[in-house]
Amino acid sequence: MTIYGYRIPMMASLIVWCILWEIVGRLDLLLLFPPFSDVLVALGDVVNSRSFASAVSITLYSYAWGLGLAIVFGVALGFLMGTVPVADRLLNMWVNVFLSAPLSALVPVIMILFGMGAPTVIVTVFMFAVWIIALDTRAGVLHVPASLLEMARSFGASRWTTTWKIVLWAAMPEILAGIRLGVIRGVKGVVIGQLLVSIIGVGALFTTYSNNFLMEHFWALTLILFAFALTVGQLIALLEARIDYYAGARS
Amino acid sequence: MTMAEPIVAAPERRAASDVAAPIVEVRGVHKIYNGDVVALKDINLSFEEGRLTSLLGPSGCGKTTLLKIIAGLLEPTAGEVMVKGRKITGPGPERAFVFQDFALMPWATVLRNAAFGLELRGVPAKERNETARHYVEEVGLKGFEEKYPHELSGGMRQRVGLARALAVNADVLLMDEPFSAVDEQTRRKFQEDLIRLREVENKTFLFVTHSIEEAVYVSDRIILLSPRPGRVNNVIDLDIRRGDDPEAIRRDPNYLDTVEEIWRGIKQYLD
Repeated sequence: MTIYGYRIPMMASLIVWCILWEIVGRLDLLLLFPPFSDVLVALGDVVNSRSFASAVSITLYSYAWGLGLAIVFGVALGFLMGTVPVADRLLNMWVNVFLSAPLSALVPVIMILFGMGAPTVIVTVFMFAVWIIALDTRAGVLHVPASLLEMARSFGASRWTTTWKIVLWAAMPEILAGIRLGVIRGVKGVVIGQLLVSIIGVGALFTTYSNNFLMEHFWALTLILFAFALTVGQLIALLEARIDYYAGARS
Repeated sequence: MTMAEPIVAAPERRAASDVAAPIVEVRGVHKIYNGDVVALKDINLSFEEGRLTSLLGPSGCGKTTLLKIIAGLLEPTAGEVMVKGRKITGPGPERAFVFQDFALMPWATVLRNAAFGLELRGVPAKERNETARHYVEEVGLKGFEEKYPHELSGGMRQRVGLARALAVNADVLLMDEPFSAVDEQTRRKFQEDLIRLREVENKTFLFVTHSIEEAVYVSDRIILLSPRPGRVNNVIDLDIRRGDDPEAIRRDPNYLDTVEEIWRGIKQYLD
């Protein structure tokens, strides 16, 4: 973006919003909106509190497990749907249903099945992330150029070899796009799961802060989560750009 | 040049008069798509060792289908293909394919792409890279071994495809319109290089093209296919001297007459 010939970095728009937030906060219109500067001060409080450290560790633990399982299972499921037409006809509808279903409504059911702890959160993260990964992987597998498959076959490659050496790599841009979306949805999953379980991790913190009207702390925690989701998403996007570079000449 | 036969010559008669031993034989091949689209009808051909034969015809004559059947990538509806006296059931190490759209892996370097045929055959990395390096050099890409396909021009990409096919040391090279996706200048250079390559590599070439000039320029023999349904229309043996000067061929009256004659034969199938 350029204004009067000066290049303005993309982050500049964030500053505008922060100033707006500060102004609204200072007007004292709403209890829910403390000034932005107060939130920044609370940020230090939140980060340094002992409950935050333990909340982060349990949150990262559930997130990593849920996302890891979602990637492994989602990619495998996508491969299955992309390569076996019968499996695709059986599963495609269900995967799409789960993708668009309000999964938050399912969390209480998951809670009954997995208890009031980390396993419920792991399953929630998994449910939020897995379907988009599966569908993107499927799309990638279906779009592998036919001539690359023929090429591998003409040199005597088996089905397995073709899958490992050609399909996985040719579908990599779509797989990574799916994982990036899964990463972001997973953050949603970990927060919603913990909010509903509400006795562990950042969910417990959120509950504490809002029950005690600690709005500065509440917003500070929200900022941290946003920053986390964006950062992880950006990291995957960087990896994606690298792969796209190699896959750029796809014909 | 011998074009003694009428335009509806029976190809079987031709085969009987062959001198060299056939390395590829096509016997009674039919190909029907979707139950009713006849792509190929009763194809009987033999290809002799060490020669370059072009399959020439307008689009829709099934020339690529025939080449892919010989490659083992497609199954004929009826009939059989023999390679070195044995009936084929799929792709085999004695045949290598060069693809129209190059079929290079965009995530792999030139060297790995060129070595990929060997990689799939389980040749150890050191050995296959050595072989690939040799052929990358032979097709004129020395210095580009570590580049990626998208860093190369279309013509250079097809050279990688050619190096890959040469590296597996197959007896028969099947080329599916290999020069059609590159520009005219590169194409001419390619045709000249192909003639030179034949002097170094003792291989049998099957070459699919829709360009009459290209077919006449590079081939020992042209098989003319006619469309709907695809069948052998004529077999033309060429006798064009390919000396030191590749440009001389294009001015050879023999070459020009043959191009003209084939064009007259093919014109009736165009609408």
